[in-house]
Amino acid sequence: MNASLLSAKLMKLLRLLFSLCIVRPLILVVLGMNVRHRERLPKQGPAIVVANHNSHLDTLVLMTLFPLRLLHQLRPVAAADYFLRNPFLSWFSLNIMNIIPLNRKGVKRRESLFTGIYEALERKEIIILYPEGTRGEPERLDTFKSGIYHLLKECPEVPIYPVFMYGLGKALPKGTFLLVPFFCDVFIGEAMYWQEDRHAFMKELNKRMEKLAKEGNFKPWE
Amino acid sequence: MRYSSIPYELVVVIAGIFVTLVLASLVTFILKKSKPSEDFTELTLRIKSWWMMAAVFTFAIIINRNISLIFLAFLSFLALKEFYSLIPTRRADRRVLFWAYLSIPVQFFWIYIGWYGMFIIFIPVYMFLLLPIQMILIGENKGFLNSVGSIHWGLMLMVFGLSHLAFLLALPTGDSHGAGGAGLILYLVILTQCNDVAQYIWGKLFGRHAVVPKVSPNKTWQGLIGGILTTIGLAFLLAPLLTPLSLRDTFLTGLIISIAGFIGDVNISALKRDLGIKDSGTVIPGHGGVLDRVDSLTYTSPIFFHFVHYFYY
Repeated sequence: MNASLLSAKLMKLLRLLFSLCIVRPLILVVLGMNVRHRERLPKQGPAIVVANHNSHLDTLVLMTLFPLRLLHQLRPVAAADYFLRNPFLSWFSLNIMNIIPLNRKGVKRRESLFTGIYEALERKEIIILYPEGTRGEPERLDTFKSGIYHLLKECPEVPIYPVFMYGLGKALPKGTFLLVPFFCDVFIGEAMYWQEDRHAFMKELNKRMEKLAKEGNFKPWE
Repeated sequence: MRYSSIPYELVVVIAGIFVTLVLASLVTFILKKSKPSEDFTELTLRIKSWWMMAAVFTFAIIINRNISLIFLAFLSFLALKEFYSLIPTRRADRRVLFWAYLSIPVQFFWIYIGWYGMFIIFIPVYMFLLLPIQMILIGENKGFLNSVGSIHWGLMLMVFGLSHLAFLLALPTGDSHGAGGAGLILYLVILTQCNDVAQYIWGKLFGRHAVVPKVSPNKTWQGLIGGILTTIGLAFLLAPLLTPLSLRDTFLTGLIISIAGFIGDVNISALKRDLGIKDSGTVIPGHGGVLDRVDSLTYTSPIFFHFVHYFYY
């Protein structure tokens, strides 16, 4: 067995241990999830899960939604400038969280920007993406940016699953390390597909997110 | 763990719980077969949840005292978390809520070392005085009264109230009865939960006149009185096995657990009406949430505890 294969196996084991011993206890016990329409989640890749983004916990919650056998197929797309900013975080993000780094700045051509994502979709992996671009204000749904439209232009047959989460911006908002337990609500939408018309597509996606958000009837967090 | 270390009385009562559950499952099965057109999903889910809860609870209570304490602290945590997730909280209060959560391990530590004096004042006095200080330091005035009141109210019900269950374990064990603190917990929890079910069933069968129509239109006098009688009957069945209670006190505990259970239940109903929510969560399938299971206990635990503490310890 060669060295790189061995290290890949070791990473898989570490990832599994991290999920079993830290992520799942944290999300299921310390926080607690109320999931609606779990049956709508994709059973296999290729698929893209798009969600609103309020907290570092978002990715951990989305990963917990899927069964462990899909753990190694889950690929969160994350900002390279943030998650690769130091060697430890970079190692952790790439190997344990299994992220696909995305260069938010300084890339001229779109194709090269999305290469990592296309490769992952080719391998039938499930992409986790936050089209709001950043974590933003806690518990406020921002409009999705149209990057998702451009991404899917090259692979219009891949289904998109909108997911709305509430409560994580309360538990661990941007700019703090103090975790306060709050239940999180997760609403999973029906799969949708890319459309030629950019405005119509973005409008439809945003409308679906707002509809999911309304299912919970949550009040803004002041 | 040696089998012989579990008191004989507890074994009898726990066997009784599971026999009841087997009967309930059988009845549901027969109902499903005889009336295939009707939907029994709700009932099936509820009984399944009861199996789960009975298994976890009896396991946690009989293994040993420390596991029971950890289990009850965890129950407090789940109830408090559900409460704080339901009510509107302010962004500025995250740190206040953090201290409120931290009071759980501290409160259960007092129980662990058996310090009654501290256990009984820590949340009503010290946490009551401490939480506003943290809020003042944060300095958000808008909504101060609302916030300081609701955060401490939750602490009183879900931590102070429920922790009385755990202090039953810390009471000195005399020679008077073999089942000890675990027996008292089992007695209180079985009576409280059965009282809920009995009030519900009597209400379904004969319910006409609502007790508090504005808060809980489904809670009727017929259900309440039927529940009280059933609970007193069950108290006479269980008290000789699980408690040192005299006949008079068996009657009285049955009565007060039944009435307090009713009040605890409608107390949380009033909260939910105010917030405009029906079920407080979906953690236990078919049951609403943890809050819906412990609402009666938030009242019966302190009241039963002080009754026993005053007359017997």
